[in-house]
Amino acid sequence: MIYDVVIAGAGVIGSMIARELTKYELTVCVLEKENDVSCGASKANSGIIHGGFDPEPDTLKAKLNVEGVEKLFDAAKQLNVSIIRNGSFVCAFSEDEEEHIKALYERGIKNGVKGMEILNGEQARKIEPNLSKNITLVLSVSTAGIICPYELTIAAIGNAMDNGAVLKTNFEINKIRIIKDLFSVYSNDGDNVKAKYFINCAGTYSDKIAGLIGDNSFEIICRAGEYMLLDKCEGGLISHTVFQVPSKEGKGILVTPTVDGNLLVGPTASLVETPDNKETTALGLEKVRNLAGRSVENINFRNVITSFAGVRSSEKNGDFIIEESKAGNNFFNVAAIDSPGLSSCVAIAEYTVSLLRRKGMCLVSNKNWNGNREDPHKFKKLSDDEKNKFISKNSDYGKIICRCENITEGEIRAAIKRNPPAKDLDGVKRRTRSGMGRCQGGFCGPAVMRIISEEMGIPMSEITKKGNKSKMISGRL
Amino acid sequence: MERNITCIICPRGCPLICEIKCGKVYVWGNTCPKGEQYGKDECLSPMRSVTSVLRISNRDDTMVSVKTSVPVSKYRIFDVMQKIRFGEVAAPVKIGDVLIKDVFGADIIATKEIN
Amino acid sequence: MINHDIVVVGGGPAGMAAAIAAYDNGVRDVVILDREKNLGGILQQCIHNGFGLHKFGEELTGPEYANIYSKKVAERGIEVYNETTVTDISKEKIITATNSNGILKIKAKAVILAMGCRERSRGALNIAGTRPAGIYSAGTAQKLINCEGYSVGERVVILGSGDIGLIMARRMTLEGAKVEAVCELMSYSGGLTRNIVQCLNDFNIPLYLSTTVVEIHGEERLEGVTVAKVDSKNQILEDTKRYIPCDTLLLSVGLIPENELTRSIGIELNNITNGAEVNQNRQSNIDGVFACGNVLHVHDLVDYVSDESEIAGKSAAKYVNGQLSGGKEIDVKAENGIRYVLPQKINLENTEDIALLMRVDKPYDRVQITVKAGEVILANVKRIRAVPGEMEKIIIKKEGLVNICDSITVGLEEI
Repeated sequence: MIYDVVIAGAGVIGSMIARELTKYELTVCVLEKENDVSCGASKANSGIIHGGFDPEPDTLKAKLNVEGVEKLFDAAKQLNVSIIRNGSFVCAFSEDEEEHIKALYERGIKNGVKGMEILNGEQARKIEPNLSKNITLVLSVSTAGIICPYELTIAAIGNAMDNGAVLKTNFEINKIRIIKDLFSVYSNDGDNVKAKYFINCAGTYSDKIAGLIGDNSFEIICRAGEYMLLDKCEGGLISHTVFQVPSKEGKGILVTPTVDGNLLVGPTASLVETPDNKETTALGLEKVRNLAGRSVENINFRNVITSFAGVRSSEKNGDFIIEESKAGNNFFNVAAIDSPGLSSCVAIAEYTVSLLRRKGMCLVSNKNWNGNREDPHKFKKLSDDEKNKFISKNSDYGKIICRCENITEGEIRAAIKRNPPAKDLDGVKRRTRSGMGRCQGGFCGPAVMRIISEEMGIPMSEITKKGNKSKMISGRL
Repeated sequence: MERNITCIICPRGCPLICEIKCGKVYVWGNTCPKGEQYGKDECLSPMRSVTSVLRISNRDDTMVSVKTSVPVSKYRIFDVMQKIRFGEVAAPVKIGDVLIKDVFGADIIATKEIN
Repeated sequence: MINHDIVVVGGGPAGMAAAIAAYDNGVRDVVILDREKNLGGILQQCIHNGFGLHKFGEELTGPEYANIYSKKVAERGIEVYNETTVTDISKEKIITATNSNGILKIKAKAVILAMGCRERSRGALNIAGTRPAGIYSAGTAQKLINCEGYSVGERVVILGSGDIGLIMARRMTLEGAKVEAVCELMSYSGGLTRNIVQCLNDFNIPLYLSTTVVEIHGEERLEGVTVAKVDSKNQILEDTKRYIPCDTLLLSVGLIPENELTRSIGIELNNITNGAEVNQNRQSNIDGVFACGNVLHVHDLVDYVSDESEIAGKSAAKYVNGQLSGGKEIDVKAENGIRYVLPQKINLENTEDIALLMRVDKPYDRVQITVKAGEVILANVKRIRAVPGEMEKIIIKKEGLVNICDSITVGLEEI
C-alpha cells in the first residue's frame, strides 16, 4: 500500500508527529531501526519540562518550548502518562553567576515564560533544605515539570497505533528512491514502504537519512550525556529540579526527582564520534557525582541503582531544524532536536503538521480519533477492592513478578499485547517498570523471559535484551 | 614429585607442601594431624562429590538436581558430567531415587522432588 | 481481615526454621507467606553440597537441606500461603499480601521477618561502558542453569570471589563454559577456602586479587571486559588495564538484606548489616516484630541461619504467650577489628546464654577476641586465623550478665 506519510524514527518526536497525524484521515507508517521504540535520545535524557527561559529569543526553540509546555501537560493527561509540575531551580554560586541568573530571568520574560521568581539562597533552602549552603541566588520557575520520556514516547506511538498508524521496527533505512512524487523507502533487509510525504525524525541519524535524498544541508553533532539513577530511598531529597548556572564547562549537572520517585543526576556533555557511543565512562560518572554534590547535599551515591548514557543531537546553529528539505519536495526534516525537545514535542508535532498543511496536504478530521490511552500502571493505583475484582477476572494480576516495583504477571502480559508491543526484556522494563528497581531484574529476569516466550510463542533461546543479537541465553544445557 | 596444595580442613587454609616418593606422601606446612591426612589423601586419591542437574523428559524446562551417591575421583568429574548431560528421567522423582546407576563407582541420585 | 498468631514472611531456610520453632514452642497458629511455588527459597537453586555440616553432620545439597525443613513444616500442618507476595506490613502488624486469590490482609500478634537478601547489581558498582546482554548477577545465572536448564554463556568472567561467584565458576565450567577469570577487588577472597580449592584450583581457573572490571564492551551481546589492578585505596592502576574477550559477565559482588518491608514497618536499619537491629531474641525495636536469617545480616552458612531462626521462632512464641515483655536493654558494640556484632542489644530480663555473632573487618592471623562489660571480661577466644568471610561465634554465659548495667563491647587484638 501507499501511505500518506512515512516517519523515520520512533523517538518522542516521530511518535508525537505520528499521533498528531492520526487526528486526520491519513495513513501513517513509522519506521524504527531498533527492536523497540524510544531507543535513542528519548530513552536516556533528563525527563525535564523546561520553563523556556533558556533558548535565545526568536528561535524555534524559544517559541516551541514556551508554547509546548502546556500542550505537553494536556497530552500527557490524555495519554495517562505521569507528569509532575515540580518546578525548577537554577542556582548561582557566585556574583558572576548571579548576573547570569538575572540575564536568564530577563530572557525568560522576553520568551513569555510565566511563573518565574528570583529567590536568595536562604529562601530557596527553606523550600529545599538539602540545597547547598554555597548557593547564593536561585531562579525559580514554577511552570517547569518532570515526565518519563520513554513512557511518553511509548504512550504517544501506542495511541497513534490505536488510531491506525503502523509501526515497523527493525527497519533500518538504507535507501530512499523518489519515484515522481512518491518516496520508496528500503530497509537493510530489503523491506519496502512507499509514501507521499516523508518526515525525517531520525534523531542522531537524521543527517544521514537526509543524505539519502542528497540533502547535505546540515550535520548532526552528537553529545553524550551520562547519568546516574538512584534508589527511591533518595528520591525525597529534593522536590524541585535543581540546575546549576551554565558555565564554561557546559550546561551543568542537574539533580531531579523522577516521576517514579527515584533521584536522577546528570548529564555530562561530551562530544562523541558516532550516535552509537552510548557508553558510560569512569571519568564521566565521577564528574556527575562531584558536580551533583555541588548543588545538593547529602546524596548517598551508595544508592545508585544504574548508570546510563544518552546521545543527543544538535546542529551548529543551535536551533531546531523543522522545515521542508531543499533537496526533496514533501521531504521534511525535523532534526537537531536537543533540549528543550522533550518540552516542545507536542508543539513540534503541531508545527510540523502545520507545515504539511501549508504544503497543501489535505487534512480531514478523523472522526474516530481517540486521544486517550489507558494507564499501563492502572492496576497499581487501584484500591484493594478494585484490585480484587481485577484479580478475580484474571489471576495473573495476583502474581507479583517484580518484587522491587511490585509488578504483576498480568501487567507484563498486557505490555506484550498492547500497542506498541514489548518484544524484549528492555521493552517490558520500560513499559511496566519490571526490572527497573533496585535489583535491576536479578529476580524477575528469568520469569519475564518465560512470559515473553509464552506470549510471543518463541523459544527462550530467542529472547533478547534489546533485539538483534542481544540474546539472553546461549542454549540448553 | 612436589605439590603445593591448600588445606581445606579449617578456615586457616594452611599451605601444604607434599612430596610424593615411592608411592608415599610426606607433608610439610600442616599445623595439625588432620592437615597431614588431607595432604596425603589429596595427593594419592583426591575425591570429589559431583552435583549437577538432569533433564526431566516429561516436564517442560524442568531439571532435577542430582549428586553422586559417594565422592568420585577428581579426575573423573568430567566423565561423570558427560553421563549426566546425556541422561534424562521421567517425573515423578523423589529425593534419593537412583537416576543413573554406577557411574565411575557412584550412583547419580536425585536431590530434589519433582512431582 | 484474617487473624493469625504468628506470621512468618518468607519460606526460605530462615522462615521455615522460625515457623517450626514457633510451633514447637507452643503456638499452633503459625503461617508462612512465601513468594514461590515451593518452600526453600534460594536453596532450591543451590544444588551444590556443603550444607548441613554443622546442623546434621553431613554434606547436603541445598534442595535436600530445604526438604528436611519443608517436611517438618508439613508434618506440623503449618499453613503455607504459596505464591503470595507481601507488599506491606504496618506498625500494627497488619500484613498486606497479594496472590492469585486477591489481596490478603492478615492481623498478626507477632511477625517474623525472613525475606532473605538480594544481590548487588551492576548499577550499584557503576562499571563504565555499554549495556549489552550477557551480564548477570551470579544468582540469576544460577537459577537459569540449575532450575530451568539453560546455559547463559560460553566464555565467562566472574567479578567477585564470594562463595556464589566461586560456586558458579565451577558450575559453568562443568557445563562446558570456559571461565577466563575470577576477579576480586579486595586483596583476599571473601569465599570459603574449600570453595577456592574445589571450585577454582581444581579446574585451573585463575583468581586475580586486587583486580576489578573497569569497562564493559559490546553493543548487543557482551564482547569483552577490561580489567585492571587496583592499589590499596582501590584506585585503578591504569597501566595494568587489559582486555578479556568474553560473552558473559557474572557479578557476585555482595548481598544486601531485602529490607523494604522492614522499613515499611518503621524499623530503622543498621548501616553496617543493612538489617534491623535486634536483641538476643531477634526482636526488633518494635514489639512483636522479629527478624532472622539473611534479612538480618548476611550469613555464610545456612546452618547458622537455621540456628538464628530457631531463636526468633521460639522468642515469637514466647511473645505471643506473654512471656516476653519489658526488661532493660543494653547495647552490644563492635570495636577494634570487629565489623559488626549481632545481636546489637541484650535484654537483661530472664536471659540465657547468648551467642554473639560477629565478623572481623579484614583477615587476621593469631587474634584474641574479647567481650567486655566495662573492664570485666565476659568471654575471650583465640583464633589462629580469622577472616571476614567466616562468621565468628562467641558464647557469653548468663551468669556473666547478672550485674551488668552498662554496654558490652567486643574487640580483637593481634597476639
